[in-house]
Amino acid sequence: MKAKNQRLILALLGLVAVIGAGLLAVSGLKQEAAFFYAPGDVAANGLPLGKAVRLGGMVADKSIRHDADGVTIHFVVEDGKAQIPVTFKGIAPDLFKEKSGVVAEGEFQADGSFVASNLLAKHDERYMPPELKGKMHMTDSLKS
Amino acid sequence: MHAYANPARFLKIARPLTPVFLGLGLLLVLFGSYAGLVLTPPDYLQGDSVRIMYVHVPAAWLGMGGWSGIAIASIVQLVWRHPLAGVSARAIAAPGALFTAICLITGSIWGRPTWGTWWEWDGRMTSMLILLFLYFGYMALANASDERTSVSRATAIFGIVGAVNIPIINRSVVWWNSLHQGPSITLRGSTISSEILWPLLPMVIGFSLLFGGIVLMRMRANLAEAKVEARMRRMAAS
Repeated sequence: MKAKNQRLILALLGLVAVIGAGLLAVSGLKQEAAFFYAPGDVAANGLPLGKAVRLGGMVADKSIRHDADGVTIHFVVEDGKAQIPVTFKGIAPDLFKEKSGVVAEGEFQADGSFVASNLLAKHDERYMPPELKGKMHMTDSLKS
Repeated sequence: MHAYANPARFLKIARPLTPVFLGLGLLLVLFGSYAGLVLTPPDYLQGDSVRIMYVHVPAAWLGMGGWSGIAIASIVQLVWRHPLAGVSARAIAAPGALFTAICLITGSIWGRPTWGTWWEWDGRMTSMLILLFLYFGYMALANASDERTSVSRATAIFGIVGAVNIPIINRSVVWWNSLHQGPSITLRGSTISSEILWPLLPMVIGFSLLFGGIVLMRMRANLAEAKVEARMRRMAAS
């Protein structure tokens, strides 16, 4: 065998080993690398109580309610599998809307509700001019 | 491929190509910037913030494309011992890191008005930051050896191993829940309306040409430096 071919085989074997190791690491991280819990995850695996977590999903239609103090809001996060009521006191980002994505940072309560200390807006991968806005913008990753 | 193994022959082509790449790239980027800032409509949800895309997306692609180029050059260097492979890999590292940094900075500026945060440790952002650190590590490793024009074998191996991060960046928004939205432009088409999408094309081609021009410049500078060193050594010997 020519030395060149030997090196080629060695390089390819190395490449396969590296990619294999990478895939193993990634599949091991499947749960840990998620940025937030979806309501469906919580319904399936139980409440992650007593620690700071993020809850992500769509803000349910007509679910946003403002308290009389003006800064406390209540809304429902859903992902098509489950719904979780959320309470947040503070200033929400501009893109925080009903039927739009949200990631709330905070803690689950024993009754299954969520108290958020911070809100992040999650928008989807669709971009269009204002006049084309006809359809609800639901992120595909949150539909399932 | 071996026809261009001779640096002299490479230089003959690279010399006239450099100003063509840089000039055409600059024109396309200027036109794309004008189109992206003035001619396109704002987004229905984000308003004018969407225009950051015209810099953010090409920068992200070139940051990842740069490392892919380093990985391919590293394989060519290790297997075929092509004399220019290491030279090109060394030349790609700095502009690759630059575009990765531009991607991270513009992403941060974009994240503030849309998501409500400058930075989150989400899968896409974290893996992109790791790419920047990989570039820094690559440059440090390349400079740590005596090899000044090309790169050492250890550096080439690092270039191949680091490539494992590229598919992770690409899939990070699909595999994991993330704050960053899913891919807009896929093989099946684009979820960006065509009125907003089109300036992205001149921007991507323009930035790619600038990237290529910078790489050619750096390769030529490195080869010239090697030539000077060789001549000095000869003069000192005689």
